Amino acid sequence: MALKLADYKTTVHNDWCPGCGDFGIVNALQMALAEMGIERDKAAIFSGIGCSGKTSHFINTYGIHTLHGRVLTFAQGGKLANPEMTVLAVGGDGDGLGIGAGHFVAAGRRNIDMTYIIFDNGVYGLTKGQASPTLKLGEKTKSLPSPNTNYNVNPIGLAVASGFTFVARAYSYDVRHLKDLIVKAVQHKGLSFLDVLQPCPTYNDLNTRDWYAGEDLAKESIERHSRIYKLEDTHFDPVVHYDDEIDEKLAQALIKSLEWGNKIPTGIFYKNEIISPFATRLTDKIPNYLENPPAKQNISKDGIPTTDVSKILDSMKV
Amino acid sequence: MSSVDFSWLIGGPQGSGVESGANVFSKVCAELGYQVFGKREFHSNIKGDHSYFTVRVSDKLIHSNVNDVSLMISFDAETIFRHSSEVMPGGGIIYDSDLEKISTDSVGTLDNYFKERLHRELESKNKPFTIDGVLEIAREKGVNLYPVSFKTILASLAEETENPRLKGMIRMFNVIGVSLSLGLIKMPPDSLLKSIDSIFSKKPQIAEINKQAATYSYNYAASKFPDFSFVLSGTEKQSDTILVQGHQGTSIGKMVSGCRFQSYYPITPASDESVFLESNEILEVHDDRPGSTTVIQTEDEISAIGMMIGSALTGTRSSTSTSGPGFALMTEAIGWAGMNEVPIVLTLYQRSGPSTGLPTRHGQDDLLFAVAGSFGDFPRIVYASGDIEESFYDTGNCFNYSDVYQVPVIHMMDKFLSSSVVTCKRFDPQKITINRGKLLEKVEGEYKRFAFTEDGISPRSRLGLDNGIFWNTGDESDETGHITEDPQMRIKMMDKRMSKLDLILKQVPKDEQIVSYGVHDYTIISWGSTKGPILDALEMLKKEGIDIGFIQIKLIHPFPTEHVKSLLENVKTIIDIEANHSGQLGKIFKQNVTREIDYFILKYSGRGMTSTEIYESLKRITENKANKREVLEHGA
Ligand SMILES: Cc1ncc(C[n+]2csc(CCOP(=O)(O)OP(=O)(O)O)c2C)c(N)n1
Ligand code: SF4
Ligand SMILES: [Mg+2]
Repeated sequence: MALKLADYKTTVHNDWCPGCGDFGIVNALQMALAEMGIERDKAAIFSGIGCSGKTSHFINTYGIHTLHGRVLTFAQGGKLANPEMTVLAVGGDGDGLGIGAGHFVAAGRRNIDMTYIIFDNGVYGLTKGQASPTLKLGEKTKSLPSPNTNYNVNPIGLAVASGFTFVARAYSYDVRHLKDLIVKAVQHKGLSFLDVLQPCPTYNDLNTRDWYAGEDLAKESIERHSRIYKLEDTHFDPVVHYDDEIDEKLAQALIKSLEWGNKIPTGIFYKNEIISPFATRLTDKIPNYLENPPAKQNISKDGIPTTDVSKILDSMKV
Repeated sequence: MSSVDFSWLIGGPQGSGVESGANVFSKVCAELGYQVFGKREFHSNIKGDHSYFTVRVSDKLIHSNVNDVSLMISFDAETIFRHSSEVMPGGGIIYDSDLEKISTDSVGTLDNYFKERLHRELESKNKPFTIDGVLEIAREKGVNLYPVSFKTILASLAEETENPRLKGMIRMFNVIGVSLSLGLIKMPPDSLLKSIDSIFSKKPQIAEINKQAATYSYNYAASKFPDFSFVLSGTEKQSDTILVQGHQGTSIGKMVSGCRFQSYYPITPASDESVFLESNEILEVHDDRPGSTTVIQTEDEISAIGMMIGSALTGTRSSTSTSGPGFALMTEAIGWAGMNEVPIVLTLYQRSGPSTGLPTRHGQDDLLFAVAGSFGDFPRIVYASGDIEESFYDTGNCFNYSDVYQVPVIHMMDKFLSSSVVTCKRFDPQKITINRGKLLEKVEGEYKRFAFTEDGISPRSRLGLDNGIFWNTGDESDETGHITEDPQMRIKMMDKRMSKLDLILKQVPKDEQIVSYGVHDYTIISWGSTKGPILDALEMLKKEGIDIGFIQIKLIHPFPTEHVKSLLENVKTIIDIEANHSGQLGKIFKQNVTREIDYFILKYSGRGMTSTEIYESLKRITENKANKREVLEHGA
């Protein structure tokens, strides 16, 4: 029986604030899963801690709500042990780029075939609006006692520098575009990263829906409203087609990621399927890793171990 | 045949081949039928600092080192300065005669604390602060000195084999040292040559040179020093004996138990286990295609435990191995695993804390931390192995406990065990059983991961199982795994999880909880690697007609209070032996059994206990001459 969008929804009460950008992301996730027709029991959503962390409870697949900053570690373990699963990790910008930044970088280096989505709202929503790592220096959102004293992390730049092989940005109120990017991210062979600009109407009074829509700009110029534009509508080609192109495409993505203010690019910044996914690297050492991964292995028969260590024991014999 | 009890010590700068020399010596002794107990001591350093290896050899079963050294081999000055006082009267020191005039001040790696102690000793005996000085003291004590010029050996060898390159090969000092030792004790040389062949099996030319050096040195010692009183010409070989390195009990135990995922971050003394697992990552499986262990070196220990939990959620038996500092970083996630009833096995190779402490030295400092580390109340098992052989079978048990009770299991090991090399009975994989508890193969109908059941344990689905969808969260949850803050549900869920502790005490077989070696008026309680030296010390006392009891507590959390109480009911004096400062098991004992410990025998110098020093303290206790806290100090 074909799965419908409704099949990917749970009945769990959603307690996000009205107007929260997170709703758009959950909807897009459910739509993407439905569009790809991924069996519900072959997908797992891992989430971090924060408002965004509750996402896994709203989606009717395996859902693992982990620890603050650690979502990538749990998700990678799950995918490595059972590579058949479609694995998505989701979490806040504080979760992934503050407390979890080390895991972010390390995950990039591994390039495990899964998808990571950051809900980028510039604040620590669930702890009442402190500055997140993506908030710009000198900005003061509603509940900050004084302007932010830290320079911001550039999620796209960091992802590209860390080895993520698919790096994109989306906007949570453009659900259709976001859904398309999620599908592309999941279908990418390797670790894909999606930075989703997510207005937090409760605590981020700077990067609001109206701001992204360019309401303030409209006053000065009648030509353009939205700050957000799509890279695919330009001549930007994010794809690494051959080896020699890697440096150039990395640099291009980094430069593009610095664009902010009146023009904010969304879409795919970088895509590289030349770099091997982690499973391929494992298969080089363990030829049957994918056919016989950890989760599928036979370890006992009638309660007796089936692993034969006699050769190792023989080598220790005296 | 008179019984053999021989202790051999080899020392030298880190990186000079002390360890491989000791491995050859251990292997040769084991091949000739002897029981071997070897232990390595080293600085937190890669090249240059002092390291040494003690190998005790006997024709009887032994479980520990003793204080006295029978033969020491030293090709550097530091070893002589540090260890010559340990050599017993009638024992011997083979040393490089080119070192005789070296003074303490010219050895940069001799630290001031040690130097001051040594100078005081030399001054009081009117000796110069030189190698000559310390050797003179040894000789006066009755130690035989065997000076050998290592350089001259190389030179003669170079001449004899017409290979001038040999002259400068100081890398072979360790092989020469081992061979001189074997010549001195007249151990048949065949297995020495065989063992060199096997070490250099991929480099036959190097093997050849080493064999020439070995033969030459062996003959040199045998002919020049024929009268050493220790002769080890071999004994009856026990069948099914293996020579095992400290980490191999748990690593091979993990393979057999079906652990197929191990994530780790490098730390002494735990990482050898992970490296061994990765080196043997492809596994042979009876009647099936090959299996494998996926071993992942992570960016930190937080990631190591996160990945292990993620993997365990797929139904894979998963594990990590770490030491105190890494365990500290893992504590938050242990609570998550406890909350979400995820079976994981965490092998905790303790070393001396606090903080970085003595990073390459021994300690049993982390028992209370293992029992209580992490916030909130949740069930876990803390289980301690007493020796390497035991750790193989215990690893199997730990995986079963974690699967059956769906709890994190912390398997306590330590540096004493990990840096030992011992002979023991060949591990028998058939004695390990695999019990996956309520892990589901298929799901029919509605599924709730945390369904309330009679015994508090819910059927467990795994990521990817058809119809087995579940949710997990570190928040309190209801039966489906969705967040709840309902006070009644909270109470029920806490009770469900915590009820497992009683179930564990009820169901885990008594002999897996505690091993009793007899109970007498004086009885020892202890845990972990003190087992070996305690058993040997008890044997020594028994020979003098003194019987002391010993219960080895393996299941430390949940604590088997009633079982301990009934065992110790008639005991008059309880002695707690542990390698830490505060007597951590003693604290747990007192809290649960509500009875005082009468004596503590403690060691926190970072060095393992010897049976000699335990024997001495126990003897003082029986003679009523002991301190309430006997603090042991042996070891350089
Ligand atoms: C180890 C730890 N430290 C602190 C917290 C408290 N905490 C909960 S959510 C959160 C920040 C959430 O911010 P973000 O990750 O950006 O997610 P958002 O709520 O904005 O979606 C913090 C600091 C925690 N749960 N765990
Ligand atoms: S605090 Fe912000 S991020 Fe959190 S639910 Fe409310 S609007 Fe959304
Ligand atoms: Mg945030």
